[in-house]
Amino acid sequence: MTHEIVLTVNGQTERATVPASMTLLELLREPLHLTGTKEGCGIGECGACTVLLDGAAVTACLVLAVEADGCDVQTIEGEANDGQLSTLQQAFIDAGAAQCGFCTPGMILSARALLDRSPNPTDEEIVEAIAGNLCRCTGYEAIIAAVRRAADRIGGEGSDG
Amino acid sequence: MAELRYVGKPVARDDAIDKVTGAARYTHDLAVPGMLHAVMVTSPHASARIVRIDTSDAEALPGVRAVLTGDGLSYRVGLYMVDKRILARGVVRYHGEPVVGIAADTIDIARAACRLVKVDYEPLEPVLDPRDALKEESPLVHPDLETYEHAKGVFFPEPKTNIAHHQRVRKGDFDTAFASADVTLTAKFYNPPVQHVPMETHATIVQTLPGDRAEIWSSSQSPYTVRHLLSVCFGLPHANIRVHVPYVGGGFGGKAGLHLEPLAYVLSKASGGRPIKIVATREEEFNTLPSRQGLHSTVEIGTDKSGRIVALKATYVWDAGAYADYGVNVGRAAAYSGGGPYVIPNCWIDSYVVYTNKIFGTAYRGFGHLEVLWGIERAIDMMARKLDMDPVEFRRLNLLREGETTITGEAFTAGHGSPVECLDAAAKAIEWGTPSEPASKPYKVRGKGIAMLHKAPAMPTYTSCAVVIKLDEDGAADVLVSGVDYGQGTYTVLKQIAAEELRIPIEKAHVTWECDTAFSPYDWQTVASRFAYMGGNAIIEAAADCLRQIRDVAGQAFDVPPDKIVCEDGVAFVDGDPDRRIPYAKLALGYTFENGNSIGGPIIGHGRFIATGLTHLDPETGQGLPAQYWTYGAHAVEVEVDTQTGEIEVLDIATVVDAGKVLNPKLCDGQVVGGVVQGLGSALWEEFRFDESGRFLNPAFVDYKIPTAKDIPRNTQRILLENPQPGGPYGARGVAEHPMISVPGAIGNALHDALGIEFTTLPLNYERILLRILEQGDRG
Repeated sequence: MTHEIVLTVNGQTERATVPASMTLLELLREPLHLTGTKEGCGIGECGACTVLLDGAAVTACLVLAVEADGCDVQTIEGEANDGQLSTLQQAFIDAGAAQCGFCTPGMILSARALLDRSPNPTDEEIVEAIAGNLCRCTGYEAIIAAVRRAADRIGGEGSDG
Repeated sequence: MAELRYVGKPVARDDAIDKVTGAARYTHDLAVPGMLHAVMVTSPHASARIVRIDTSDAEALPGVRAVLTGDGLSYRVGLYMVDKRILARGVVRYHGEPVVGIAADTIDIARAACRLVKVDYEPLEPVLDPRDALKEESPLVHPDLETYEHAKGVFFPEPKTNIAHHQRVRKGDFDTAFASADVTLTAKFYNPPVQHVPMETHATIVQTLPGDRAEIWSSSQSPYTVRHLLSVCFGLPHANIRVHVPYVGGGFGGKAGLHLEPLAYVLSKASGGRPIKIVATREEEFNTLPSRQGLHSTVEIGTDKSGRIVALKATYVWDAGAYADYGVNVGRAAAYSGGGPYVIPNCWIDSYVVYTNKIFGTAYRGFGHLEVLWGIERAIDMMARKLDMDPVEFRRLNLLREGETTITGEAFTAGHGSPVECLDAAAKAIEWGTPSEPASKPYKVRGKGIAMLHKAPAMPTYTSCAVVIKLDEDGAADVLVSGVDYGQGTYTVLKQIAAEELRIPIEKAHVTWECDTAFSPYDWQTVASRFAYMGGNAIIEAAADCLRQIRDVAGQAFDVPPDKIVCEDGVAFVDGDPDRRIPYAKLALGYTFENGNSIGGPIIGHGRFIATGLTHLDPETGQGLPAQYWTYGAHAVEVEVDTQTGEIEVLDIATVVDAGKVLNPKLCDGQVVGGVVQGLGSALWEEFRFDESGRFLNPAFVDYKIPTAKDIPRNTQRILLENPQPGGPYGARGVAEHPMISVPGAIGNALHDALGIEFTTLPLNYERILLRILEQGDRG
C-alpha cells in the first residue's frame, strides 16, 4: 500500500509516493538523495540519522515517511544558508568537533534543536541534547565545546548567520 | 632547521567542511547504476554441521538475482592466516557467520528472500573457552589447520590443535632468576572480547567487469591490501582490480584487511556482473564482522629486595574466535611487547592465539597492548605493594632507559623517548603522593592510579608506502596517497608537511580525498599509528623531488646552476638576486621563454619509505627487531566510587605520550581525548556476552554500551612530550592508538587505592565493583 505525501524539506516542497513501511530516513536518503543524513543502526539507538521534524530532533529511522506528511523537515543539507555555513557548523569546524564525520550531521541537528529552543544552554543542557548521539572518535569534549562556542557567538550576535 | 611555518601548528581539518555540511560521501551513500543489494543469512549456532540448505523458495522470489552458499566457493581468504571461507562450507564456526548470500533488486526483497532460506544444522559441541581449547581432548575448530596458507617464518600454527600461532619470547634464564628472587607475585587477569564500533558499519560495492576485472568501493583502511588479497584469492592480476576508498566513517583497525568484498565479488559474478552493495547492519557489525579478541593472562614477577625486577613470565591465551586471519598478529605483538616498558633481564613469554567458536578477532586500536597492559600494569601495582614501595617509585626503578635492552634484545636509546619522563609527568598531573580531596558524600571514596603504556607499529618487516605530488597550473600541489584518513586527520598533517617542504602557502597544498588504486601510489595499510611517520617521510622525499625539478628548470631559465635557486612562498629565485624570480605556476607544466622556446615539463615528484632494519623474530626466543619505533606514555587517573551502588566516576585523567614532535596540536588533541574515552569504554562498560551455547547476547547499543556524552571524565589532561624520534618526520612518532591503551590499568589501580580491592577482570562495571565491595563487607 502506498501513500501520497507532501512535506517541506529544507524549505523545498517535496511530493512523494511512499510505501506504508518506508521510514523518513529511507525517503530522505533514497528518493530525495539527501545522503547527509546517516544510518548508524536503523533502530533508533545511535542518533546518526537525527533530523528536525517541525523543529524537534527525531531519529529519522523511527519515523515513518507518512508521519512526515504535512511536516517541515530540516536535514544537514539545510543547515547552511546559500552556501554560507551556519554559526553552528563553523563552530564545529573551529572546535575540531568532527573526526570521521559520520555522526556529525546528527550531532549538528541535535544541537540545532537545542539552540533553537534554548539559545543560552547550560553545559548540562548541551550534554543532555547530544546524549542520544553516539560518537566513537572525538570523546565528545570538542563537540560540547563547539555547541558552547556556537551558543556564545549567537548570543553575542543576536542571531545565527 | 629554519622555523616551521605549518608543521606543529593547529591547522584546521581539511575535510571538516564536507563533514559539517553533509557533503562527505561515504561508501554507505554511494550507488552505481544497475546496483543490487545483498544481505546475508547468518548462523544461529556457535558450532554446527550444515546438513542441508534449501534456497529454492528464495531463488523463486521475484527480484532475487543471485543466491550463493559456500558449496560452490572453494576459496579461502585471510591476511596473515588464510583460514576463512567467504560463506561457511560444511560447518559453521560462530554465531553470526555468513552462510548464504542473496542479491536482489532491493534490500527489502533480499531480506524477504533470506527469510525463505531453510538451513538444517546439526549442532556440535562448541569450543568456548580458549583455555579448554588448549586441552588435548578439545574438539578442533579447524581440523585441517596444516593445509592453510599463512605468512611463513612469522606465524607458527600447530596442526591438530586449536593453536593458530604461538609466539615465544625467551631472554636470560627465567626459572633460575624467579627461583632466587626475593619477592614474587603470580596473578591472573581477563579481558573480554569487545567491538570497535565505527559509526559507519562496514560497507562495500563490487562490480565484476568483462575480462576478469573488478571495480570496488569500500569503507576500508587498506585499499591496496583489499586489492592484493582479492587478487590472490581469485587469481586475478592486480591491475584488473580497482579499489576506491571514499570517506570512511571510523575504522579503529576493524576495517583493515578484507571483509565483505569477497562476498560482494562472487555475488556480482553470479548475477552477471551487476554491482553488488553490502552494508552490514549494526547487529552484523557486532556479531558477523570481527572484534577485539578476549585474553586470559597469567603474570609472574620476581624482584630482588631493592625492588628491581629480576624475572617476568607471562602466559597469554587469546580467544581468537573462529578465524585468526589478523588475530595471529595480535598475539605476536602482544608477546614482543608483553612485559611492559621495563628492564627485564630474565623474561619468558608465551602468547597463544587459540581458535574458539566465537566471533573472530582482528586489529583494534593499540592491538595486543591494551589487553596485556591491563594485566602487567595491575601486576606491577600489586608487586609494589608486596615490596611496600610506592607504585610510581617501583616503576621508575624498573623503566627502560638508555643503555638497557628490551625483551627482544633491542638496544634502548635516547631516540626512543623517555618512559621515565612520561611517568613523572603523569604522576605530577594528578598530584601523586597527595591524598585526594574528601569525597563528595560519606559513602563515596576516592583513589588515584597510574599505569605505563608503550606500543610500536605491528607490521611486516617490508611495510612500505609511496607518495606522488603533482604541481598544478596555478602552482598548487596535489598530493596523492593511499593511506586512508578515516577520521584521524592524517591528510591535514600531510598537507602541512607538503606546504612546509614545497615552500608554498598552505592554501595551495591539497591531499586528494578518495584513494583509488588506479592512481594513488602504494601504501600497505592505514593501521598501527604509522602513516604520519611513513607517509610523512615519503612526502618529504616527494617534495624534495619536486624542488629538484623546479630548481633545475629555473636554473636553466636564469642560466645559473640549480643550487643557486632558492624556493620560497611558491616562487623560485636566484640566490642573492630575488628580482630574478619565477612563480611555481610558470614552472609547473614547463617553462616558456619569451621567444616561445620551452623547457622542463609537468612537475611530478615522488617519494617513498620502507621500514628499515626490522627482522623476523626468532621462533624459539622471539629475539629480533620488531619495531620501527616505539611510542611510550602513561595514564594517571583519579576516581570516585559510590560504595552503595558501585558507580565509578573518573574525576581526572591525564594522558602522557612522548610524541617526538606534535605535528598538529589540534588534531593530536582530538586523538588523545577520543582515545581516552574509547579506553574508558574498554575499562568500564564494554564486553561481549555469550550464553552457554556460545550465542552472542548483546549485539546492539542498548545491551552493549559505548560511552555517551554523559560518560566522559570531569577533567581530561593531555601532556605531549617531544623527545625527538630519529628518522621520524620532524622527529615525530605515531600517537593515535596510545591514548586508549592504559586507561583500564590506571583505573584498576585507582580502584585499589580507593577500595583496597584487586580487580583483575574487565570491564570494571558498576555491578562488578559493587559485588566485590559487598564480598569485602562480608569478609569484614
